[in-house]
Formats: sequence, structure tokens, C-alpha cells
Amino acid sequence: MEAHAMPYYGGRTPETGLAVYTQKVGMWVFLCSEVMFFTGLIGSYIILRFGASETWPQPGEILNIPVTAINTFILICSSVTMVKAFAASEVGDKRGTRLFTLATAVIGAAFLGVQIYEYSELLGHGFGPWSGLYGSTFYTMTGFHGFHVFSGVVCMTWATVKAFRGGYDNGNYQGLEVLGLYWHFVDLVWIILFTIVYLI
Amino acid sequence: MDSTETLHESAGAAAAEVHASGHAHPRYLLVWLWLALLTAAEVAVVGFTALPKSWIVIALLIMAVWKALLVALYFMHLRFEPLRVAVMAASPLPLAVLLVMTVLQEYR
Repeated sequence: MEAHAMPYYGGRTPETGLAVYTQKVGMWVFLCSEVMFFTGLIGSYIILRFGASETWPQPGEILNIPVTAINTFILICSSVTMVKAFAASEVGDKRGTRLFTLATAVIGAAFLGVQIYEYSELLGHGFGPWSGLYGSTFYTMTGFHGFHVFSGVVCMTWATVKAFRGGYDNGNYQGLEVLGLYWHFVDLVWIILFTIVYLI
Repeated sequence: MDSTETLHESAGAAAAEVHASGHAHPRYLLVWLWLALLTAAEVAVVGFTALPKSWIVIALLIMAVWKALLVALYFMHLRFEPLRVAVMAASPLPLAVLLVMTVLQEYR
């Protein structure tokens, strides 16, 4: 039996062409535009890195790879709690929905906390956005991603409050699913940025 | 048996359960474990300075794409969405690859 043979829309309007509700289609269209936004940043990074006259630092020479690897793991954990929140709301598990939305917001905030710590350490050693092409590309790429995480944490905080007020009860899980798509996309982007900016 | 309780066999992540949205729920903790292991492997690979740089870069890119696919397919449920949604989600990728490859071509 196909997994999507009998989709349930929870009172939302399904898009007749795609057989999913409108809000989800909207989020996917937005994420498509986000793919091109980050691709533009990566393309610019390639031009600036390979066209640079200055020597590009080796991985770990300036940036702290172990700390960022732990931060990557933290963001991955938040993706798991996000998807568990969606799964819990879908089966009507109110306690699970509240617990996992709260966990996602807290873990997302922890990621930002580690990033702020990383920035403060680097700035303390005199490495800022003004530190040549390497500094400006690093802060631009990680900064834009950090802004996306911050926006996600704000939305997750709102979603947590809504979950505690019963806003996702009775099969009304679509909001969490759409928010989850954004959250996982931010995780996915970080996976790529971690490799390009920190490891290569 | 109700469709919301039907066990769905997926090729990648073993058994998954179908719920109200029509999504199958894979074993999320298994996906999480893979992501954690691949992250650790990436950090380890960077330390292999005896290997040629190009090999390390290729290994890192493969693992990054692997992790990104795990997130997209299982956390974002693209594996269980109608094909048309998956096509829409993947629509910017050819443009993204084209842009990156064109830029890289400048520095070969």
C-alpha cells in the first residue's frame, strides 16, 4: 500500500495539482527560493576563495572545528526533536508535542549560543568580518545562516506556546509540519556550510 | 486494518508507520545515528593529512550530500511525498549545480 494513498488534510485546502495542502506548497516554494539564495552565497564564496591573491587558511587554523562539530550535532538533534514533535502531534500525543516543541526551541537556542560563543572567541583574537576575504565570507555565510536559525527559534517559541495552549491538538498538526520543513532546511543548509566553510 | 495504522515497508530505513497525513514515519533515531556518525567521520577525515587534498575534498562532499539527502528524504519526508512534490522540491537543484559548476569552471 502506498504511504500517501489516503492523505488527510485536517480541514486545510489541498492543492488539486500537487495533492498537498496549500500551506505546505507555499513553504516548499519559499524553500526553493532559499536554495538559490544560499547557492548564490556559495557561488560568491567560490569566486572569492579561488580568485583570492591571499593564502586561504587551512581547516582548523583559525576556526574551531571540534566546537563547530559539536554545534552541528546540536542542530541535528534539534531536527530529531522537531520531527518527533510533528509525529507526536499527528497521533494526538499532546504531552509529546509539547515536550518536543519545547526541546526544539531550547536546542535551537543552544546552537545560537554556541555560535555567539564562537564569534566572541574569534573577535577576541582579532578575527572579524574586516579580516580580509576569509573573514568577510565566513561571517557573511554563517551570519545569514544564524539569522535563519534565529528566525526559526522565534517561530519555535511561538509554536511551543501554541502547543501548550492545545493549538496542535485534535489533528491540527499542519502548522508544525510546515514549520518543521523550514527547520530541517536550515539544518540541511548548515550541513553543507559546515563542510564548505570549516572543513574544506 | 485502518490505513493510519498500516505498516509501510521502506527500502532505506526498514519499517515505517503511516499516519494521518499520509506520511510514513521512518526510524528517526536511526537517521539521527547516521547523521552523527557521518559528522564524526567528516571531522576524522580532515585529520588524515597523509591523503591527497583532492581525495579529502571528494570524501567530504560525498558525506555532506549523504547527510543532506538523509535530512531531505526522512526528516522532510520527501521519500514519502507524492512524486510531484519531490519534483517541485528538487526543481532549483539543477540551477544550483549549474551555477556552482560554472563558477568552478573559471578556476580550473
